Amino acid sequence: MFKVKLRIALRANKSWWLSPVLIAIAIIFTFIISSAMIRWAGANPFAAFKYLLGSPLQSKFGITEAILSATPLVLTGGAVALAFRAGYWNIGAEGQLLAGAICATFVGLHADGIPHWLGIILMVIAGALGGMLWAFVPALLRSRLGIDEVVTTLLLNPVALLVVTGLLNGPWRNPKTKFPETQVLSENVFFPRVYPGSRIHLGLIIGIVALAICWWVVGRTAGGLKMRAVGLAPGAARIAGLKVEKTLFTTALASGAIAGIAGAGEVAGVAHQLTDGISPGFGYTGVVVATLAALSFPAVLLISFVLGIINVGSFSASRALSIPSTIGEVVQAVLLTTVVSALVFMKYRIVLDKGKHRD
Amino acid sequence: MIETLIGIIGATLRISTPLVFASLGEVITERAGMLNLSIEGTMYTGAFVGITVAAQTGSLTTGLIAAIIAGAIVGCIMGFLVITLGVNQHVAGLGLTLLLISASNTANRILFTNKDGMVRVDPWKPFDFAGPIFSQYWLTYAAFLILAPALWWLLWRSGIGIRIRAVGENPESADVAGISVARTRYFALALGGALMAAGGAFITLAFLGSFTINIINGRGWVAIALVIFGRWGIWRTVSGALLFALVSATQQQLRLVPALSDLPFEILLALPYLAVIAGLAITGRNVPYPGAYLKPYRRL
Repeated sequence: MFKVKLRIALRANKSWWLSPVLIAIAIIFTFIISSAMIRWAGANPFAAFKYLLGSPLQSKFGITEAILSATPLVLTGGAVALAFRAGYWNIGAEGQLLAGAICATFVGLHADGIPHWLGIILMVIAGALGGMLWAFVPALLRSRLGIDEVVTTLLLNPVALLVVTGLLNGPWRNPKTKFPETQVLSENVFFPRVYPGSRIHLGLIIGIVALAICWWVVGRTAGGLKMRAVGLAPGAARIAGLKVEKTLFTTALASGAIAGIAGAGEVAGVAHQLTDGISPGFGYTGVVVATLAALSFPAVLLISFVLGIINVGSFSASRALSIPSTIGEVVQAVLLTTVVSALVFMKYRIVLDKGKHRD
Repeated sequence: MIETLIGIIGATLRISTPLVFASLGEVITERAGMLNLSIEGTMYTGAFVGITVAAQTGSLTTGLIAAIIAGAIVGCIMGFLVITLGVNQHVAGLGLTLLLISASNTANRILFTNKDGMVRVDPWKPFDFAGPIFSQYWLTYAAFLILAPALWWLLWRSGIGIRIRAVGENPESADVAGISVARTRYFALALGGALMAAGGAFITLAFLGSFTINIINGRGWVAIALVIFGRWGIWRTVSGALLFALVSATQQQLRLVPALSDLPFEILLALPYLAVIAGLAITGRNVPYPGAYLKPYRRL
């Protein structure tokens, strides 16, 4: 039978222009796919994208708000990237962030009379501990019993939110307003602003430091080498005598700690109280960030900023064009899907077969 | 006491229905060697598309059919990502879930919440005969009496079932034996997606009659756990769904007990999730994952 057939084959040589071209193609596809939804919402896609990407960059206020919005993503993105590097599928950054926020709030509610520097340090420690605690059970089940961490980390996310609402409806309910939110925390634990005239807070610095530490540990230390070996080929790592389970366990706890600090940062740096809306899905967006960054820690910083711009831009687009602000989330998810699809062609190419076929 | 017990059993069957649909969809998919993490988003889409079409056409059945078609389409999109392109299945599934939830929420705002608030339909009523245990929705009967046996037959007694299990255990051998790995896997994802969406549609078209954000609330993740708990078997997975629903139904009853009224209800709400994790911890050791689980297949 004579026919033309498309086939995917391994790519022999990689050209330097390949990855930028693939990313560009992915962005074009993102634009086309998102445009359908934007048109349906009754707006011009070009105008919408001008707001989504452009408007935050046009003012100093917009840029600082985008950085503020990127701050938790730097930490959750770093947490997810760290775990994924070791082949540990931690999809529970959302719950770990909330657990960190809870522990940090506990500190913040009992911090009267301590020095400011101590309060800040305690907040970070509490956030990390909370995140580690939330990551502990899935990590233990995975490393001791071999139980899939994807399911357990995912299932603990709604549980963490229930703990938050339970505390807010119960012991932590604001005594003055009676709203399900805590009272404003002690000023001794507020993260200081790091850029005058903006809301950017210490959390950003902590996030960048955390990324730098992750980058150094994963890329430059023996432990990091073991971690990457476990992630790339667990079977081979085991034969080589590496303690695979121990590596996974440690990485999982470290990942949880970083995600927990993100929660502490939101409480101490932005909200100054705990509310049930403390995280609009920062943990899940962390997976988007880590994946778009191809698990590279420097890239996590850049991608977080890009998604921060989209977050801020989606609100200006919503106001200006009266389209739903959730369009920003759609664009981010489409971008994730198109980029991971495009990156397949880093390794593979499409071959056009002409001629006789067995089938 | 007896009345409470009967109430719990009736509620168990009701609560388990969307989980039976979704987890059996996931069984089919995973038997073909693929983890489908888009399950949460597919259920969400099914819930939204179902009620939207039902509200526009005035027919609940049309809504259900639309949800099923949407689910099959989502399965095919997942298939394009993980079969044709070979994208990592965790990332593809989670990405699709995020996409489907945000797209459904956006569509919900465009169509309804920006105008007159909320989409509502007059939902299916449970049959009213033979006492509260048996007054269930027709979809509940369909799930237990038709769907589960049919899928068991499909998986274990039909040619398609052999092919699905073959490409999930050993795609190389299946390929040599003349089975199209890609086509079989696409079929499994489409069928699985249709079932997941039907499970989601049950929630809006029978349970609630309305759509609210976060309507699935982790039921998709629970379904994935049930599949592991059920070791990829139809009846064990159905039993898992019933057990989970029993815990859910019991906690709903416990909330009405006066002695427990001081207990924050969130603790009881968290109970079913914790029960699933505990169940996995007890039974999830050394489970026999399908041989080609998570592995894309390419003839190179």
